[in-house]
Amino acid sequence: MAGFDLSGLTASFGGERVIGPLSLKVKAGEQVALVGKSGAGKSTLMRLIHQHVNRNSSLVPQELGLVNALPVFHNVFMGQLDQHGNWYNTVTLMRPFSRDKDKVRELLKALGMAEKLWIPTASLSGGQRQRVAIARALYRSAPLLLADEPISALDGPMAHQVMQLLKDRFSASVFALHDVDMALAYCSRIVGIQDGQIALDEPAERLVASDIMSLY
Amino acid sequence: MFQSPTVRTSFIFLAIALVGLLFADIAITASNPWRDLGNFFFGVVTPNFFSNEGLMTALLRTVSFAFVGVALGSISGFLLALVYRWLPVRILCAFVRAIHELFWALIFLQFFGFHPLTGVLAIAIPYAGIFAKVYSEILEEADPEPGRLLPPRTGVISAFLYTKIPDCWVQLRTYTAYRLECGLRSSAILGFVGLPTLGFYLESAFSQGHYSDAGAMLILFYVLIATMPLWVKPKLLPAYILGAPFFLGEGLPIVWSNVGRFFTQDIVPSPLRGEEGWAGMGAWLGDMFINQAMPGIWNTVILTQVALVATGIIALLAFPLISTHFGGPVRRTSGHVFLVIMRSTPEYILAYILLQLWGPSMLPAVVALALHNGGIIGHLIGRQSSTIRLRPDAPNGLNRYTYELVPRVYRSFLAFLFYRWEIIMRETAILGILGIYTLGFYVDSAIQNIQFDRAMVLILITASLNIGVDVLGRFIRRKLALQTMPTC
Repeated sequence: MAGFDLSGLTASFGGERVIGPLSLKVKAGEQVALVGKSGAGKSTLMRLIHQHVNRNSSLVPQELGLVNALPVFHNVFMGQLDQHGNWYNTVTLMRPFSRDKDKVRELLKALGMAEKLWIPTASLSGGQRQRVAIARALYRSAPLLLADEPISALDGPMAHQVMQLLKDRFSASVFALHDVDMALAYCSRIVGIQDGQIALDEPAERLVASDIMSLY
Repeated sequence: MFQSPTVRTSFIFLAIALVGLLFADIAITASNPWRDLGNFFFGVVTPNFFSNEGLMTALLRTVSFAFVGVALGSISGFLLALVYRWLPVRILCAFVRAIHELFWALIFLQFFGFHPLTGVLAIAIPYAGIFAKVYSEILEEADPEPGRLLPPRTGVISAFLYTKIPDCWVQLRTYTAYRLECGLRSSAILGFVGLPTLGFYLESAFSQGHYSDAGAMLILFYVLIATMPLWVKPKLLPAYILGAPFFLGEGLPIVWSNVGRFFTQDIVPSPLRGEEGWAGMGAWLGDMFINQAMPGIWNTVILTQVALVATGIIALLAFPLISTHFGGPVRRTSGHVFLVIMRSTPEYILAYILLQLWGPSMLPAVVALALHNGGIIGHLIGRQSSTIRLRPDAPNGLNRYTYELVPRVYRSFLAFLFYRWEIIMRETAILGILGIYTLGFYVDSAIQNIQFDRAMVLILITASLNIGVDVLGRFIRRKLALQTMPTC
């Protein structure tokens, strides 16, 4: 089940409604971009979706959620902790198996940072850390991707490379993006969020950048 | 100035201590204290390392007891930390850590006798309680986000190993290493109740007036603690921990019938053992409260309050010694040496030495507690003050101290002081064993009189008093919004 069909989504913060109630249906094969001002509720909506699909999705949260003391390899490997038993994971913590090493190295190569495999994530730059979180989501390989500003710290060519990779690897995905051109280039559908409500929901090919700017 | 709640709290405590001083028994009773003190210092500067081969054995035993005790305490503490959310576990831990190592040793001595197990458990049990609390606090501070991102069917153990342990590893390691240093001090003072560690050696050297032997022992102890970073290496740790149990010495074999008798007879309140039964309990408890518990509590509280304020004063006076804002490298280095000696000397040993020199009164206890704890807090505050960056035209000397530094470090100073309040009280109670009329004195005399039932009740009272002060200290820290990391 790559897509989801959620209705009656609400979220409150400090007694104040910040999201919804709203409904959102995403089908397999769709790449949805959530756009809107910062504070419009995109990240909250992302978390809501994550909970409602019972965490059965690859998530790239804005704050990345890396374990800083562990090297890049282990942070990526954590995407598949559920695939192995405790003993396997414990041994991997001390001495990773070569097939896992190969798989993770392959992923990092696609993200242009294969040489960082054994560097603790604490000593990486912001853009590198973001790519580790993306690699973890790719390694997890759930059919659905939820990515909150996944390219905010990446430079131009790398941002395109990553968006293309994410688009190819997941059968359905939801991105929170503030870069409207990126949203139009890589997503099939644009959902605009304003004051916790859906203010726009159109296929990307019917929109131009200026249509979206009215949300800001 | 009195508008500030921290200043007001400080003055309330100062006033309590001053009133306490009126009631405290402060005196120098020795006939010639300065000559004795002089002899002692002469002994320290003319140490004799070779008079007795027992010194090296005592050192080895001290290290072995510390390693085995701290290792056991840390493993059990870690396991307890995993279930620390469970209220009975929290209560159990608060209770076992409220009882001082020496009290535990006194209890175990009654039924295990001079078996190594007595010393090991005396360290391991209270340390397990402390480790459980601090470990669980450290684990709670770990970033929860990576755990939330794990695939839903991830095993609990895998999740724990990947998201919690790496995040906390450095802190867990630092704290455990620090506790090992505390363990060396605990192990050394266990000698005062007859276990074969440094305290035993010190006591016999002192009682025979061999000050140069005592000096040699103290110097070796400082060297041992100061060089810990050199000989405690992660790679060597397994060897130490596996090897240490073989160097605890033989001791005396456990007489199992004593163990049985202790639990079924000795600690049963005497009226229940005899004819009177429950009817006699009221009179028994009443007698104990009036003649032992009340005077013990009174003296313990007075001494604690006076020592707490004296600790604060020493810490405030001592921190400039190591602060980079004052003096040159020579003064700072000597300041460091002075503070290292102050905080490495267990307060019990300090009190014992001063008591030998000045005669029995509360004075040696206050001075020992203030020097040891003041040394620890002064060190922490001094280090913190060195991280403060002053404006280039900041005043110098006393004005720099009063206007620029003290106001900036005062909150953390108070946080450390209130954190150590409970520790000072625990130590105050135990110093009674040396002959000051705090709770430890009454516990010790009850044991001397083979009234283990009374000793147990008095230990329980001491533990409750410590827990009470701990709760009060935490309440004040929360009220004043003071935060601190644990110190031992």
